Amino acid sequence: MGLFILRRVGVMLLTALCLTFVVFFMTNLYPNLEKLAKTQGNQRMSDEQVEAWLENRGYNDPLLIKYGRWLGVVPGFVNTMEDGQVLGSCVRPGVEPEDTPSFCGILQGDWGYSTRFKDEVGGIVAKRLGNTGYLMMWVMILMVPTALMVGVLAGMREGTKLDRSLSTFSIITTATPEYVSGVIFIAVFTSSAVGLKWFKGTATQAMENPTFENFFLPVLTIALYGMGYIARMTRASMTEVMTAQYIRTARLKGVSFPNIVMKHALRNALIAPFTVIMLQFPWLLNGVVIVETLFNYKGFGWILVEAAGNNDIQLLLAVSVVSVFVVLVTQLISDIGYVYLNPRIRIS
Amino acid sequence: MEPLGTFEIIARVFWQFTSVWIALIILFAVSVAFKRRLGLYGKLFDSPIGMVGFALVMFWVFTGIFGAMELIVTHDPLAQISGMKNKVPGTPVPGSEEGIYAYYLLGGDNLARDVFSRMVTGAWVVVQIAPLATLFAFMVGITLGLPAGYFGGRLDTLLSFLSNLILAFPVILLFYLLVTPEIVATGMPNYMAAVLFVFPIVFLGVLLNSRYYTQPNFRTPLLVAVLGVAIWLYLSLISTGGAFVDAGTYRIPGLPKLVDLFDVPGGVLVVFVSVVFVNSPTVFRIVRGLTLDIKTRDYVAAAQTRGEGAWYIMLWEILPNARGPLIVDFCLRIGYTTILLGTLGFFGLGLPPESPDWGSTINEGRKLLSIYLHPALPPALALLSLVLGLNLLADGLREESLRD
Repeated sequence: MGLFILRRVGVMLLTALCLTFVVFFMTNLYPNLEKLAKTQGNQRMSDEQVEAWLENRGYNDPLLIKYGRWLGVVPGFVNTMEDGQVLGSCVRPGVEPEDTPSFCGILQGDWGYSTRFKDEVGGIVAKRLGNTGYLMMWVMILMVPTALMVGVLAGMREGTKLDRSLSTFSIITTATPEYVSGVIFIAVFTSSAVGLKWFKGTATQAMENPTFENFFLPVLTIALYGMGYIARMTRASMTEVMTAQYIRTARLKGVSFPNIVMKHALRNALIAPFTVIMLQFPWLLNGVVIVETLFNYKGFGWILVEAAGNNDIQLLLAVSVVSVFVVLVTQLISDIGYVYLNPRIRIS
Repeated sequence: MEPLGTFEIIARVFWQFTSVWIALIILFAVSVAFKRRLGLYGKLFDSPIGMVGFALVMFWVFTGIFGAMELIVTHDPLAQISGMKNKVPGTPVPGSEEGIYAYYLLGGDNLARDVFSRMVTGAWVVVQIAPLATLFAFMVGITLGLPAGYFGGRLDTLLSFLSNLILAFPVILLFYLLVTPEIVATGMPNYMAAVLFVFPIVFLGVLLNSRYYTQPNFRTPLLVAVLGVAIWLYLSLISTGGAFVDAGTYRIPGLPKLVDLFDVPGGVLVVFVSVVFVNSPTVFRIVRGLTLDIKTRDYVAAAQTRGEGAWYIMLWEILPNARGPLIVDFCLRIGYTTILLGTLGFFGLGLPPESPDWGSTINEGRKLLSIYLHPALPPALALLSLVLGLNLLADGLREESLRD
């Protein structure tokens, strides 16, 4: 088991390295750098000025050296201008040139400096991730129990009216992407045209002061899309368990139906959905970006959109590292958990 | 003129779709009449869920096609008529002359365009891109997944690692990196298109070669004809305006304009390529899993004993036996592709901003959602019903294919 985890962590690091290099490569393509120079300098820069701007800040160096700087294995770029101004990848406003470290990369714990927010990347990501983490927590609290309940209720008696209606419900939710359900919810529950006005159409205030009124709709929107899939998996696994021999034996022994479901079937039926729930995280990440844009909630998805829109290289890299780790760690947990829940499987 | 009442709007919208209803009725009548002779497709008409799904899907397919033939749309989806900004459904068009439809059936949007016509035209965008992109993703996934599952070993390790790499990327981040005007300017989508679109040709070539290589007299002309057409289509697809990549600073010549069959605009190409790129690793994983399962069967062992080639076994023994799950996944995946296209539109990536596709329209409509509902809701419900139809269709197919 230890060796297995070690190998998986190794593959994980390799994956993260490859992915960040891809992101690095794409953000450092010349048209993207030109856009960065123009948004940071000014929009009417001539080609020569753009060239000089990039040259002075070390953006024109070979790709691998720049990537090494970001990792922290190559010394940071330093360039003293004629007027004494020091430019470089490790230079931060408010830090004297003498105090500037020569290495500043991931290995030194420095995530870089955001050109969009004019702030340390580490701090921005931590703050926004907190917002999103809070949102995700409530999504999980709403989504997982509801989905499991829907799945178990539908799967315990296959083909009944209850099964049909719950299955239809879960198909509809899987067919409704967040930007559709979000728009419908906002239209129905918040607009003055329908007049219900039960909730608020934006979650801007929810960052400081989350209440049911301003926070429920974003949570519901993300939860619904994931719910259907988990419910369908649970239903499939439940129907399979309900036809198993030991359930029939229990019935013949005279165990009551609720007892069979609760004590005999449920444990075995919940193994498969566990994996599915863990693998839902990457999908939820997409949902988060859409919902945060739709409801104007400034979290992780919002900085992703901002960083990508402004070609903020170091922020974008940090965002991709975080999201890749979320994906890979949940995969690892789902594999380990699967073995733990299902003793029939042994990792060799 | 008086604005239309709710009942009259519904009746008029219903009337606009006349051609679609007729096509649907004919299709269903013919299919039900001959359902015993139509294989899996015919069996679909035994399951009510499958029939509802199929009806929903075909409704939007016919809407897309007839919409493009201008049978359904009431106005030009890009034309703005002054005085119609954000008007509620059923508002008469002021000073309407002869030849212009007298009402905005589902109202006007923020730029005074007809919501109904935009929704119908948006269906055409989806019907054009989604199935084709899914098909390409399947070609890529099958061409790589079969050998990965069949041969295993290093090839499998490498390909699986690459597919996991792409899958570990959040889709939206990938879109934000790939589908920007800056990336289009570097010519990168063209390179990706050049690589990804080779797979269907390889697939076709290997498919036919492995089947007929014992009959060279028949195989050679067949391969020349099929691959000739395929390569011609491939070159037409990847070259635009006589060049393969035209990045300003450099230019790689492609097919001359004279024999270039069609031009794909840069915006559409990048959307297409990135959707194929995102979908193919999942297809790869499914195909690989199915291959691993099926290659242990007796008929594969029999073929190996007979001395059949590896590619013959993969494409003519394993693939046909994996078709059930693949067909079901194909339907689901078209739905997923539709959602992805909508996502791209929602973030304003790729397609031009005035494009009538559903995602862009929803994005535009949501900004005024607290006051005006009508610009955002029709495309949202359209997308919902199409994806729902595809899911129901997949469910029906799964049920029917499990039955035998």
